[in-house]
Amino acid sequence: MTARHAPPTWSLPNQERARKMLGAYPDPRSAVMPLLYVAALEHGHVSDDAMRQVAELTGLTSAQVSAVASFYTMYKREEVGRYLVSVCTSISCFLLGADDVLDAIEDETGTPDGERSGDGVFSVEHVECLGACGGAPAVQVNYELVEGVVPDKGRALCRWLRDAKPDTVLGDEMQSLFGGVRSFEWGPRENEGAVAAVPAFGPYGSAKGAR
Amino acid sequence: MAEPILTARMEAHPADSHTMERYLATGGYEALRTALGKQPEDVAVEVKASNIQGRGGAAFPTGVKWGFLGKATPRYLVVNADESEPGTFKDRQLLERDPHQLVEGTIISSYALGVEHAFVYIRGEYARPARRVQHAVDEAYSSGFLGQDILGSGFDLDITVHLGAGAYICGEETALLNSLEGKRGEPRIKPPFPAVEGLYGRPTIVNNVETLSNVPWIVTNSGHKYSLIGPEASAGTRMFSLSGHVRKPGNYEFEMGITWRRLIYEIGGGIPGDRELKCWIPGGASAPWFVPGHLDTLITKDDAAAQGSMLGSGAIVVMDEATNVVAAAHRIVKFFAHESCGQCTPCREGTSWLERMLWRILNGHGRPTDIDMLLDVSDNISPGLRWPPAMTTICPLGPSAVSPITSIMKYFRDEVEAMIAAAEDSPAVEEVAVG
Repeated sequence: MTARHAPPTWSLPNQERARKMLGAYPDPRSAVMPLLYVAALEHGHVSDDAMRQVAELTGLTSAQVSAVASFYTMYKREEVGRYLVSVCTSISCFLLGADDVLDAIEDETGTPDGERSGDGVFSVEHVECLGACGGAPAVQVNYELVEGVVPDKGRALCRWLRDAKPDTVLGDEMQSLFGGVRSFEWGPRENEGAVAAVPAFGPYGSAKGAR
Repeated sequence: MAEPILTARMEAHPADSHTMERYLATGGYEALRTALGKQPEDVAVEVKASNIQGRGGAAFPTGVKWGFLGKATPRYLVVNADESEPGTFKDRQLLERDPHQLVEGTIISSYALGVEHAFVYIRGEYARPARRVQHAVDEAYSSGFLGQDILGSGFDLDITVHLGAGAYICGEETALLNSLEGKRGEPRIKPPFPAVEGLYGRPTIVNNVETLSNVPWIVTNSGHKYSLIGPEASAGTRMFSLSGHVRKPGNYEFEMGITWRRLIYEIGGGIPGDRELKCWIPGGASAPWFVPGHLDTLITKDDAAAQGSMLGSGAIVVMDEATNVVAAAHRIVKFFAHESCGQCTPCREGTSWLERMLWRILNGHGRPTDIDMLLDVSDNISPGLRWPPAMTTICPLGPSAVSPITSIMKYFRDEVEAMIAAAEDSPAVEEVAVG
């Protein structure tokens, strides 16, 4: 297979991420999932163009890439709000009132479950277990976690996102302002967080330092 | 109670247990030096002697699994950090709070298995744990514990951290391997098992985070010493995730063999508001439930099996007397219906039929025939409704959705019947027909 390069329209850091990901596996096909995240960063979501570009990069067909992208819930194939608010409604969170948290967040943002607000600020979704059961009910904003969120705090969190418009979403900051019971002690504050609805994971995500 | 193994460092040094500096200051990477001074086979023998069983849910003896690994090269080790079984959050703590313990366990295990490229597959929602692990991997490279000629031993190893993207099924090891190959996360028919034909068709071992995090201790203290902790057939300490209606939810590490009563009422602090205990899930959402009559049985693999359930992923979800158990069962079945990969008809169709039937019962549209139909559909997914479940599917996801159904039918059938009897209307079959 010939050397493949990310589209020149991609930002330089994202081109570099793509290059590294293609070299991180014995078979470049394994880079499909990381590259879908990078492409989502470029396009704001996993658009048809994004899938075509990932197909080019990995030597697959667009149909193969789209089959992969559609299997996983975190690849958003439609436009997603600046803040993706994911409310866990699986069993432990459900037992501790997660449905009320989801109701409050839908109401505060004016955004029904599974949709994006008209102004593009929010997307709201219910999600399956986030692995934060000891800190139920749990919420994530752009995949940064807040534990022990009661309905009023969920509302306050959304108001804060709308008003403060943080560039980087930091889990520790949200937890200290709006969180409650935690699954365990998190340890020292971390100043890396998410800049988009893509996991803030440096090698191919959106991690950025504190504001 | 035995001293903690996995959580000792994070308990003693909560401010910096995840850093290389603290890890080295508390004996970190000494086990790696010890291991590299031995033959790889001797390290594997030590792990086998520990009798440790896989901590992801299946409880298969790790040493035996390792023994199946094919001799062809290259071969791979994959760390399963796709923790997604509802109720389970133990691996998240190990990843965030002591990532070097896992990295060292992975390096030692790779050496023992003749692996030169290992992967850590972390669920996509675990962004923070993934950052911690990547940072630990980076530190390990710059300290000479990863890369070429590790500590002058001639052993080379690379570790790649890979994020999932929101699919519970990828915790099943063959689905995980497909996902890691850049495919849909659909389980493979076994055999061949991954140890023979795994990642890229090569011999591959897939081990859980907690399993591998024990390896440095085993190498330092001996497998024999590990095997002496806890009951004979359930060696070692385990991390249990306690959640739901308990005063002190959290992860607790203890040796197996204590009673459920002690776990829920002493360690967990009992039920908030001094309400009565109604039931609990003993081993993740896939496990059949227990009721107060089980409180004085022991937490071991064999005792749980004898009572018709399992310790599974170590997740205990407690429900108090006020819990609507039909709603709880519905929520769990809904999870499995959503997470079904769609390959096998009994699971793809059956789990969503079960979900819709429970939904209509909950919402006042239940029909007298629904109980038989729930059991019939369940029986089609898992014939005989026995434990451990019979399978009509490639993987155990479908049968897992049956556990909450058989549980409420066994212990709370009167509540289901009452809900159906109170149904205000029973719409025409066409309107809410299943399938």
